[in-house]
Amino acid sequence: MKPLTEIGQLAEHYDLAVVGAGPAGLSAAARASELGLAVLLVDENPEPGGQIYRSITTTPVTDRAVLGVDYWRGADLVARLKRSAAAYAARCTVWSIAPDVESDGASFEIGLSLDGRARLITAGQVILATGAQERPFPIPGWTLPGVMTAGAAQIALKSSAIVPKGRTVIAGCGPLLYLLAGQLAAAGAEIVAVLDTTPRRNWPAALGALPDFLRSPYLAKGLKLMAKARRSLRFLGGVTSLAVEGSGRLSTIRFERGGASESIACDTLLLHQGVIPSVNLSNAAGCAHEFDTVQHCWVPQLDDWFASSVPGIAIAGDGAGIGGAESAALRGEIAALDSARRLGRITIAERDNHAAPIRTALGRTLRGRRFLDLLYKPATQFLAPIVDDTIICRCEEVTAGQVRDAAKRLGVTGPNQMKAFLRCGMGPCQGRLCGPTVVELIAETRGTTPAEVGYYRLRPPVKPVTLAELASLPQSEAAVKAVVR
Amino acid sequence: MFRPMSDAKSAATLSFSFDGRPLIGRDGDTVAASLLANGVDVCRETPVSGAPRAPYCLMGVCFECLVVIDGVGNRQGCMVPLRDGMTIETQHGRRQPEEMQG
Repeated sequence: MKPLTEIGQLAEHYDLAVVGAGPAGLSAAARASELGLAVLLVDENPEPGGQIYRSITTTPVTDRAVLGVDYWRGADLVARLKRSAAAYAARCTVWSIAPDVESDGASFEIGLSLDGRARLITAGQVILATGAQERPFPIPGWTLPGVMTAGAAQIALKSSAIVPKGRTVIAGCGPLLYLLAGQLAAAGAEIVAVLDTTPRRNWPAALGALPDFLRSPYLAKGLKLMAKARRSLRFLGGVTSLAVEGSGRLSTIRFERGGASESIACDTLLLHQGVIPSVNLSNAAGCAHEFDTVQHCWVPQLDDWFASSVPGIAIAGDGAGIGGAESAALRGEIAALDSARRLGRITIAERDNHAAPIRTALGRTLRGRRFLDLLYKPATQFLAPIVDDTIICRCEEVTAGQVRDAAKRLGVTGPNQMKAFLRCGMGPCQGRLCGPTVVELIAETRGTTPAEVGYYRLRPPVKPVTLAELASLPQSEAAVKAVVR
Repeated sequence: MFRPMSDAKSAATLSFSFDGRPLIGRDGDTVAASLLANGVDVCRETPVSGAPRAPYCLMGVCFECLVVIDGVGNRQGCMVPLRDGMTIETQHGRRQPEEMQG
């Protein structure tokens, strides 16, 4: 591995650019490099690992039992990258991917920033391994300090060995909820309750997918995690509503279960409603997306090799649909094989031969996923908050009531038009936290489906870049002509 | 808001300030993690209503941890490694050009 610490150290051109150094990006970069491709792996975090293997090489957590054996497996992926010849730029943000005009679209022009300096480079192929983010979980008061995502507490634990101070409540649903609760408890956090919002009515649908889950290699692991968390922590199931109370800061979580209202005083509330693919970069790069009704989220349209609708851009890992860390690594390898084939470095037969055992392993890691997706599908009241005052766009402070009103009274049909009326999705997070909720609210109000409503049309820069950085970039003749009258 | 685990690996300490208050951080932490570990409750006030906000996702998605670092506003605290001598300030509302701040 060749670590790059300054933007000037990057080459002008790479065979393959991989975005994101989580399991998918690490294995894609390593595999492609092993096949002889000139590979650039860029990641905006200071260390490789993504969120699942966050800080795997630098974590200050010494007791290995706290994060569990699966976490430490991430070290093998980083070690493989280190043995490879791939270039790796940490703390480097990709803010644009577009066909390279100068090469007649034969390669991609990639806009990057590192340490306050921007740069444009080119790459013949691109693999997006930008992973997942937590599904938005808007409840009244969720913007108050003291409320965070459960993933945020896990990141703080992995990278800084810090845990929430005082009384902590975890609320939501999904397989990760048990893992997060268990890790935080093992690290010494005072978890006073886990409020489980898994809708009981999900069970009938999920049971149909149970046979596959029973054959899943994760069944035993999952049951063990769940049993341990349930034994040692106070689990309250059947939670149907949640509201944060506090003046300037969280002080109480109020909730309903079985028709009765209860409340718990706490210092930290961690919210988790499963994870969804991060689509901002793939969407802005022009890749077509569709609404997956089982995982209930937007996913890119991909073929068997994880190639997107834009020739030359593949999407691996959880960004291709949620499958977990092990499947992410395998998807990365498959995408890398096809990149090498597209570049003419290996034949179709070689690609297929290399991919066969990886596909078998991938099938195994994904077995049982459907059961989890169906069982942990979030309740509708958390996808589209009922209380009108609930802020759904945290950046622009737009409420659920405002979106409903605009959809109903003003006849706003989609999220892009909603931007013009309410500014939702126009803040610095660029719709990352409100997009799914805005779509849900419009669909509900207009009596249609998220698929019909569509998603935000996203544009580069996908992450904020200063004007000074943009202005300092060398401009091509075509770019100058595009703006000069 | 956060506290160190009892058996965390030790690291070099860094001096920095938040709104003029001298604080101590750990080498290897991000700005946002260090603020949380120092008990900082609020790091920004929103441009719309002035409501207080604090780090929410810690992975670059939410932009709730925006702060002013060494005079430059709109920095994502969760993405910036803490450095010795950093001057960090609460971000109040919109970032204004210097001549407009009076």
